[in-house]
Formats: sequence, structure tokens, C-alpha cells
Amino acid sequence: MAEVVVVTSGKGGVGKTTSTAALGAALAQGGENVVVVDFDVGLRNLDLIMGAERRVVFDLINVVQGDAKLHQALIRDKRLENLSLMPASQTRDKEALTEAGVARVIEEMREKFDWIICDSPAGIERGATLAMRHADRAVVVTNPEVSSVRDSDRIIGLLDSKTAKAEKGQRLSKHLLLTRYDPVRAQRGEMLKTEDVLEILSIPLLGIIPESQDVLRASNLGAPVTINSPASVAARAYAEAAKRLRGETVEVSLPAERPSFFGKLFGRRAVA
Amino acid sequence: MSLLDLFRRRDSAPVARDRLQVLLQHERSAIGNNDLITRLHEEILAVIARHVEVDRDKVQIKLDRGSVASTLEIDVEVPSPALPARVSERPAEAVGG
Repeated sequence: MAEVVVVTSGKGGVGKTTSTAALGAALAQGGENVVVVDFDVGLRNLDLIMGAERRVVFDLINVVQGDAKLHQALIRDKRLENLSLMPASQTRDKEALTEAGVARVIEEMREKFDWIICDSPAGIERGATLAMRHADRAVVVTNPEVSSVRDSDRIIGLLDSKTAKAEKGQRLSKHLLLTRYDPVRAQRGEMLKTEDVLEILSIPLLGIIPESQDVLRASNLGAPVTINSPASVAARAYAEAAKRLRGETVEVSLPAERPSFFGKLFGRRAVA
Repeated sequence: MSLLDLFRRRDSAPVARDRLQVLLQHERSAIGNNDLITRLHEEILAVIARHVEVDRDKVQIKLDRGSVASTLEIDVEVPSPALPARVSERPAEAVGG
């Protein structure tokens, strides 16, 4: 049975696209059949993060409007054959995404894949509500920062009222993915702690992704961090989060950065 | 900033947490069922407008949302012939809605 997961946040720049790519790749690395879908019409970026920006021919809107078949628009990842990308349109108007059309494409994808990971655009407008519309579950990406937490709270409200599941009176499970977390600053009282965010938003924790150089390096190179540097702290955190998404019980740990020689010498983390 | 301030600096994360808790408590109740404070504000002004002509520019509204109670302060300047210089609706206090 396929699972439709929306990766959402309300606020922009918190790591939705990075997390979609990393979670999708981690699930595929675990043997699942995965498609990552970009809903950010006009501002697509999932293709770039996945390193497939030069291979886009058709997009979600083409399929929604019937101008292309699903299999024509899907781009298979070059590194993992069980990972595919459905790009968003860069030029079309987002009004072209119709509710019925999206429903049909999602249904068709349910037959082909185990996981359909929808990368939501920022905001609470049409693109964001359509991305969450058919979700079975939601990953709410949040930074430990006041405006991100507020926007996540708003999104949680929408997930509980505007999704197809919610309208049928069913429960849509929501998971918190805390990104760009800096344990040292949180410990010093300079940044909201995990417990603070969990207490405020009161949804279960999927994972904590520490702020990491490896994430930027991976996006520079056009590869999900779980593929590009699987041993890095961020990649391991994403891999653990993907396991939890599959229902495995993995204790949430915050893997510490292995201190480098210079780091040890000067008692702080060396800057890469 | 003196060196002393550096040591005296308070942790900011607890402040962030408290601000969020108060704010979200209000936002969650406001969405969907119309914010009580906003409604009070509009209805009080409507009642005053029924008796005297109210110049919207001469109305001062102060709002302070707290975790236990919120205060809504409405100062209306009423033209002198009608009444003594000023009618003060203060404080129109409402338990956090």
C-alpha cells in the first residue's frame, strides 16, 4: 500500500526540498520504491537538489493536463534505480494545477510506488494546500526559531482541517523534523531546544537534523546528502528519520560531530 | 556594550519559548472562530458610534495579549458640545480568548 507523505513547513528556507530529497533517497536506499514530487510551480528546485535539472522534459502540469503520460514525465535517478523525480513546471501558471488533476496523478502514482513524497511550496496558498491535499502523513519541517515554529503551528492547523483525510474525519499523522539544529547553541540557551519545540507544537518527533556543512556541499553537487556523504552526521540523521517513517523504532539521538584534530586542539569545532 | 553586559546577558531561548506559547494560544483560538478581542473592539466602537459621531482618526486602541488575560484599551475622543471632553472606555478587559 502506497504512502503519500507531504513535506511542508509554511515558512520558506527551512529545508523542505533538502529534506524531501534526503528522505526520499534514504527510503530508496532502504529498498523502497520512491517518487519525490515537486509542487513548487514556478519556483522548482527539487530537480536541482536531485541533480536532474538538465533532464527535465515534461512536468507535473503536463501530466495533470494530459499532455504527457506519467512515465514520460518521471525522471529516474541515475544513482538509485528505485528513486524517481516528478518535476514541477518552471514556466506555467500554478492555476493549471487542478484539484481533480492532482488527485488523478497521485492515484496513478500509488500504483507504481511505495512512497510518494510531495515537496510543498512555502506559504499557505494553492500550491501548498494541493501538496498536502492527498497526504496520508505529513513531515513538518521546522527550524528552532520563532517564526518557523509559528508557521509550522499554522500548517498543522491546515493539515487537520484542509486535507482529504481530515475532511473524511480520519487522522492524518504528523511528524516533526527539526532541521538546522545546533546542539551547542541550544545547550547555551541561545536557541530553542528540541523539548521546547515539541512542547509547543505537540506532534511526535521524526528526527533532528543538525546544522551541517555536508548539506550545502550535497546541494552544490546535486545529490541528496544521504547519497553524497552517507557517513555524515546529517545523512545519518536523515537515514534514521526515514527508518522511523517506515515504522521502525529507532531512538532519536543527536550524533555528535566527530571532533577533528584541530578541533580537539583548540577545544572547538574546526571550520571546514 | 561593556564587558559586564557580556556576562549579564540572559538566555534568549526561554524568552522565545514564552513568547511563542502566548502567541500561539491566541492564534489557535482566533483562526476559525473569530478572535474575541477583535470582535469586542469592533462592537464597542459600533455602540459608541450609535450615540456620538466618532472620528476614526481620534480613536486610540491598545492591545496587550497575555497568557492569563488580555487588555483592550480604547480611547475615544468625543467632540466637546456633546459631552465633557473625553469618554474613556478603560479598561475593557477580557479574559484571553
